[in-house]
Parts: sequence; C-alpha cells; structure tokens
Amino acid sequence: MTTLAPLPDETLAGRLKWTLHDYRAIVGQEFTHLWRQPVNFAWQLGFPIVMVLLFVYVFGSAMDVTGQGAGVDYVAYAMPGMFAMTMAFGFTNTAWAVAEAKQKGFIDRVRSMPMASSAVVVGRNIADTIHAAVDLLVLFLIALVIGWRSDGTFWETLGAFAILLWLRFALIWVGVWLGLLVKSVEQAGNLFAIAFPFGMVSSVFTPPELMPDWLGAIAAWNPVSATATAIRELFGNPSAVGDSWPEQHALTAAIVWPVIITVIFLPLAVRKFQNLGR
Amino acid sequence: MGTTTVEANNLGKRFKDTAALDGFDLTAEAGTVLGLLGPNGAGKTTTVRILTTLLRFDTGSAAVAGFDVARDARQVRRRIGLTGQQTAVDELLTARQNLILFGKLFRLDKTRAGERADQLLAQFGLADAAHRQAKGFSGGMKRRLDLAASMILAPQVLFLDEPTTGLDPAGRREVWDAVEGLAADGTTVVLTTHYLDEADRLCDRIAVIDHGRNLVDDTPAGLKRRMGHDRLEIVAADPSDLPVLQGIIAAVADGDTAIDEGASSVSAPVKESVAALTAAATSLRDKQLTVADIGLRRPTLDEAFLELIGTPAKEDQQ
Repeated sequence: MTTLAPLPDETLAGRLKWTLHDYRAIVGQEFTHLWRQPVNFAWQLGFPIVMVLLFVYVFGSAMDVTGQGAGVDYVAYAMPGMFAMTMAFGFTNTAWAVAEAKQKGFIDRVRSMPMASSAVVVGRNIADTIHAAVDLLVLFLIALVIGWRSDGTFWETLGAFAILLWLRFALIWVGVWLGLLVKSVEQAGNLFAIAFPFGMVSSVFTPPELMPDWLGAIAAWNPVSATATAIRELFGNPSAVGDSWPEQHALTAAIVWPVIITVIFLPLAVRKFQNLGR
Repeated sequence: MGTTTVEANNLGKRFKDTAALDGFDLTAEAGTVLGLLGPNGAGKTTTVRILTTLLRFDTGSAAVAGFDVARDARQVRRRIGLTGQQTAVDELLTARQNLILFGKLFRLDKTRAGERADQLLAQFGLADAAHRQAKGFSGGMKRRLDLAASMILAPQVLFLDEPTTGLDPAGRREVWDAVEGLAADGTTVVLTTHYLDEADRLCDRIAVIDHGRNLVDDTPAGLKRRMGHDRLEIVAADPSDLPVLQGIIAAVADGDTAIDEGASSVSAPVKESVAALTAAATSLRDKQLTVADIGLRRPTLDEAFLELIGTPAKEDQQ
C-alpha cells in the first residue's frame, strides 16, 4: 500500500526533466498567491506610487535637475529613477518570502521530500522575476498617465525594461541570502533599513553631482544609479551625469553591476541553503 | 511486524558548545508508534531532523526504511513523511491546492495528484473545506491538512514533531484519531511529545530522552510503573493541623511523606491507593478534623521528569 515517489532517471536529461517539473510546481504556487492576494500585490506597488506622487508633485516643483529651472522635466527625470528604485527595493520582498518559508517549516518540508531542493530557491527566483515584470508594467502605465513618455525606439524601450529586470534578477540572490540569514520574518521586515539608503542614495531622484562630494561618489557608483542612468539614456529622458566612470558608461555599468552582484551573492545563497543541514 | 524500520545507533550531534545528541539510540519496529518523550532541549527535534535527512550528524549511524540516512538521503526521502512543529502548509492556497502542490512535488502527475488530494481530504475529514483557504482553518484542521500533506505517498515511516502542541482538546483528538488510523494501516510513526497522555494513548513504545541521551525505553505501561505510585494528598484547612495530618498520611504511606508549607498540604506515595484513601478519610473522621481537600493524584509528567531526570521540564524553546 506504500507508494514510492518515482525515481528520476539517473541520466542528465531525466534529472533535468524532474528538476524543471519541480520548478514549475513552485512557480505555479507563487502565481496562485498572486491570484489569491491581489491586495498584497497592490500594497507592494503602493510604496513606489506614493513616492512618485511625493517626488513629482511635492518636491518636484523645487527640483532643478536639468539646469533649466525648478520643476522642468522632473517627471521625465524621476520616472526612470522610480523604475530602478522599485527594482532595487524588490530584494526585500524576496527576503521576506524566503524568511517566511523558512520560519513556517515549508523549506524543511520540501527538503525532506524527494524533489530537487534547489526548486525552492530557483522557483522563487523565477516567480520574483515575473512578479517584478508585472510590477514594472503597472508602474509603466501609471507613468504614462502622469505624462511620462519614452522617446526611445521600441527596441530601446524594451532594452530598458530588460536592464531593469536584470538588476532585479541579480538582487534576488541577495534577497535569498538575507532571507536565509535572518532569524525571523520580523527581522526580514527590518531589511528595509538597508534597502532604503541603497535605493535612495543614488541618481534616482537627484543627480549625484548635486550631493556633497563624498555622498555623490557613493551615489554615482551605486548599481541603482547605473541602471537609472542607463534607462534614461534608452528612454531618451533627460539625465544629469557627472564625470565618474559609471556615469559616463552607464549602460556598461548597468550590465556589469548585476553580474558582479550575482557572482558574489549566488554562491553565498547556495552555500547558506546547503548549510541549513548543519 | 517484527522488522526494524527506524534504527539509530550512538547518534551524536553538537551545535557549537552544546551536545544536542550524545550517544542516542533509537529503534522502531515496522507498523508501530514510537514516542520520543522529553523536556524541551532534550534532543527530540534534533533526532527527528536527523532521521528525516534535514540535519547532518557528527557520530553514529541511522537507517530509515532500510536506507542509510547519511548516504542514501534520497531513498529515505521517498519513504518518509514529515510534519514539523509548525504547520508547513501554504495558508494562501486552499486545502485541495495545498495537497495538489505537494502531490506534484512528490512527482505525481496532475490527475493522480488530484485524485490523491480528494482521497486524503475525505480521509482527514476536510472534504467540506477543500476549496477554502487554509488561513481560515482552525488549529486542528491545519494540523490535519499538514498530516495529509505528509501522507501523500502513504509513507513507510511518518515523523511527527509535537503534532498536538498548541491545539485545543478537540484538535488534539482529531490528530490522535488520524495518527491511530495511519498506524492501523501499517505506517510506522515516530512522534515527539511533551504530553504523557498523548504518548500513553498513541504509542507502542516510549523512549524518554534528556540531554541527548537515552533515559528509558519502555512500553507506556512499563513507563507508568517506573513513575511510581499515586500520591495521597491532604490539604489542611488550618495550617496548624499539618503535623497531625502528616501522622495520618504516614500511617498509610509507602514512602516518605512530604509537607508543602506554602500549599498547606501533606502528601506521600501510596500503593493500595483506594484503601489508603479510605483509611486516611476514616482517621480524619475519627479525629473530627476538617480539611480543605483530600485526594489521590496520579504523577504528572513534571513529576515523572523530576523522578526520571531530576529536573523539572523546562519551558524554554530549544
């Protein structure tokens, strides 16, 4: 009467097939969440939307980022920054979800099952990237409503989209690592204290040039700035770049930074996951 | 019956400076229910985590369903089910969606996962709640769903880590009925618990663990015998009566009498409990003494621990 889980073929193809099967199951679970809890989804987008309104309509009128007077072109400057910031903050969602899965014993249950244990991490990654794409689309529409436009070609606009997701994708590993590192879901919530300066000390709302030198240097080298500046160029939106290397080579920096982040944090996340058994 | 499904020998596991397990042995025969009883921090959860391949161990050996836990983790995972201390169900999904998800992760195809989900929902009395989100479930229902999820493949060995902690009496009974049903169908169950009544009701054998070592391994009946006799207790209405009451109890006791000044009570172990109670009550009437209470008490689990390990059960989490 006891049933055994089918044993995957020991061939590479057989193992790959089951691994993909497991990934699909986990991604499917994440989508059911999205479906079941549209309110959560709305809340996650609430923050960037409030920030848009705050910066564009409250502070924006006093901002002179293009040197053409306060408020001029601020929407066009700030919206790409907003996209980049939303991607940057996204890792806290990942960390929170991982911490919750760990705390609730979901990760343990999955690890005691005859499935690809990497599915928890990789499935999370795929689901979060798709989730981020939906986030971006919604923000995109809101931006269009308040008067932002992309002057780039279709392909340039699509490229900007890809660059944004590329940053989010790399930061997922940071989120997984942090989610496994923190002791509880409450602690994962506190990660916003890291996310906030990471997202804001950048060219998202103000050009680094206008900041004090030391802070400006940090902002200029911030991966979020590279992404923001790169997509401004692709969208054909006004930008205000300084002399630093990442500002001058924003597109390259926006591609390379996520690679560096992945190279550092992917192994950390994988090791942390393997060490759950110690 | 008769074959060993779970066998651990001389297990050792250290976390930094503390030895969670220190030469622990465990054996469970096929189709029986084994209870791991012990205070928090005794090593119960560590043992379960090791046997379910979640945790590596430092010394010793462990085999589950005939496969080495360390070397053949994958084979072990195909034959076990685990319900941990937290209910690891996805609260946003419905009961049925949860079971289908786990069915898929146990690599059933979509049709079979659905069939199995419906079977289990019926078996665990959740059919009416199949399409409701788990977050609205009572503690007992969540636990049953959790149990159902670990039963998808009808595993040879089912591990339950404190399956009824935090449940109300009705919830506990629901879980007990489910566990009894599984054992009757031939599943070997290893469960950890703080509750003597739970171990008594469900288990064929009980292993008492403390500080990562075996303390006692016995049947529930044998364990109860070791825990000593009922105690006869009299609570004085007037504390100045205590010396007289001590005399009355000493006359019928089979051991040292103990006086608890704070509670104004005297107690002592008694062998023939009913006879002792009657005798003590008769003396009270003869002496025309009024007392606040007189009665027999079975040893509580705390007292059992006191007797077995010399320290009260700790309340802290491990």
